[in-house]
Amino acid sequence: MSHIENTETHNQSLISRLQSFIKNGNGNIVRLLTAVIVIFTLLSMARPETFLTIRNMQSMAFQASEIGILTIAIMVTMLSGGIDLAIVSTASLSGIIAGMILTSMVPPESSAGTVALGLVLAILAALIIGVVCGAFSGYLVAVWEMPAILATLGTSLLYKGLGTAITGGVTVFGITESQFIGNGEVLGIPFPLILLLIVSIITGIILSRTRFGINLYMLGTNPTAARFSGIDNRRVLIYSYIISGVLSAIAGIIILGRTNAMNVDFGASYVLLAILIAVLGDVDPYGGSGNVIGVLLALVAMQFLSTGFNMLLYKSSGANFFKEFAWGALLIIVLIVNHFSDKRRTMRIS
Amino acid sequence: MFRQLFRKHEFFIAIILIVISLTIGLINPRFFSLANVFSLLRSATIMGIFSMGVLIVLISGGIDVSFTGIAIFSMYTTVSILVARDFQGSIFLPFIISGLLGLILGLINGVIIGVFKLPTLIVTLGTLSLYRGAMLFFVGSNYYNQAELPVAIKEFARASVFTVETSSGKTGLHPTFFILAFLGFIVWYVLKYTMLGRSFYAMGGDRESAERAGFNILRTQLIIYGFAGLLSGIGGMIVGALFRQANPFSIVGTELDIIAAAVLGGASIAGGRGSVIGTLLGVVLITIAKNSLVLLGIPSEWQRVIVGFFILLGTAIPMVQSLVVQRRLAMQRDEIPVTS
Repeated sequence: MSHIENTETHNQSLISRLQSFIKNGNGNIVRLLTAVIVIFTLLSMARPETFLTIRNMQSMAFQASEIGILTIAIMVTMLSGGIDLAIVSTASLSGIIAGMILTSMVPPESSAGTVALGLVLAILAALIIGVVCGAFSGYLVAVWEMPAILATLGTSLLYKGLGTAITGGVTVFGITESQFIGNGEVLGIPFPLILLLIVSIITGIILSRTRFGINLYMLGTNPTAARFSGIDNRRVLIYSYIISGVLSAIAGIIILGRTNAMNVDFGASYVLLAILIAVLGDVDPYGGSGNVIGVLLALVAMQFLSTGFNMLLYKSSGANFFKEFAWGALLIIVLIVNHFSDKRRTMRIS
Repeated sequence: MFRQLFRKHEFFIAIILIVISLTIGLINPRFFSLANVFSLLRSATIMGIFSMGVLIVLISGGIDVSFTGIAIFSMYTTVSILVARDFQGSIFLPFIISGLLGLILGLINGVIIGVFKLPTLIVTLGTLSLYRGAMLFFVGSNYYNQAELPVAIKEFARASVFTVETSSGKTGLHPTFFILAFLGFIVWYVLKYTMLGRSFYAMGGDRESAERAGFNILRTQLIIYGFAGLLSGIGGMIVGALFRQANPFSIVGTELDIIAAAVLGGASIAGGRGSVIGTLLGVVLITIAKNSLVLLGIPSEWQRVIVGFFILLGTAIPMVQSLVVQRRLAMQRDEIPVTS
């Protein structure tokens, strides 16, 4: 297992450490890093005046952060061999509730105290919605033993439906003060990016350094073996969906902050994008392997590609259509390439 | 006899359907008017044709979300070709071209899934985006309105068997209903009486065992996804004809409703289950939920909640049934039930 590091590696030379790093199943990370560097170099050479600017880097960071958090959310459930298709519905439901609390509690020109209280309550409510949504999906998957795809398809429609029912289908708005979460900067670093990094570090630690994390990887690798080694599969499953729900809620708050508006139909394509990035980052859709670093590298590669397409196709109106085509093609190609490299890996072991 | 019925999933769905219909009909008698029934059948026909493809994919243990992409690609590309060549022939050619395009795209799905043994949900999510993106970028993104459509399609849209005069004008049963009846019969026959149908169920029940029992999994998957593609192509053309326009942005996004119908009707990706009757009942139920709950005074915003609830209900009923059976068996053996 790649996430259990060998403590004696620090005595070895740099090259042999790199070799053992690749041997431990991290070849994909090296591959992704190479891809990121190649795309970065190509774009820098093709459009240095637009690509290599701080402004562009910032706008890429803004775009990538919310989808990055959603990808980590879906990754946690994919590790267990399941999938949470309700991430975007959970995000929009949380955002809607947060927006409604903000607009009703904080009228324009209210005091700083009211604003702070409103913000805290809105964020808390959104996170609670995330926990509840995740727990319900997890309950259906773990206790009722529903197939994760069908259960989360159902809950995804259910949450989206609740969002529509609550709002009556109209868009909910945020307030000026909440825009900092989506649009603010700290020392020039976009605030959503900081949130993404915090989320990544915490999730990374949970997955690789806690009992729950190790249990999750074991459950994803072989549920029967996990059960017989004394793991409470149900609890691990429910926790994984709760984490996914909370992360989705965080993404929902960021989206509300960035666009200052929330609508049930927002970001319908994000589920595909999140799965694409996760698979690109070598998360195994059958469960048991994948990590945060791979996902982050894949996220950077995808964001560079997306910006690249926009730059190359800015003259035609079809940039978005071409992206839709390219993401689909890329997902299929990556799945096929991974299929062959997995085969090579298993052959080497046997 | 009654106990046997009780074990059937279709029985539950039929009961729910009858109760809901009677309730709506009692509150608002307009529900049972011929005009409303025909309009419900019209919507149900479109969903029904797609649902037959979804059904066999679910029975084989997969899930296909790309069928709406295939449908819109086939229909829109066909119409584009025909309009460009100023087509004047009969309605059969559009259906043949659209069906063939669907078949090809479905086979692409089948090859990717079958040859590389990849997860069906993720592959078809990818191809959905691939097909729709390819159509919008390479074929076009402008829509054809009624005036621009080939004559044959316009005439087909007006066709009607069984015309009835009502106060609000003429209404009738559209011939596409018979296309659905025909396709439904074929799928039912194949599932029930042929070795091919057995291989779908065997694969969905346990892939490994099916392979060892001698079923050719790759061939079966090519047939399943190819057939689902063909149905999507035909379904797409029907959508174009009935709505009298070729809108490249339509259909995609409705795939969940159709999957919901099949799941509600008892199809499951987990256990190699599902039947034509159940699926068609599910289609009618979802159609009523989407079109007629308004007659009950339920606001249309709640539609999605209800469809989501139906998916969960459809998935939960068999789970509860199997839990009950497990408990009973455990009690008979006088043992503690094995839960997790």
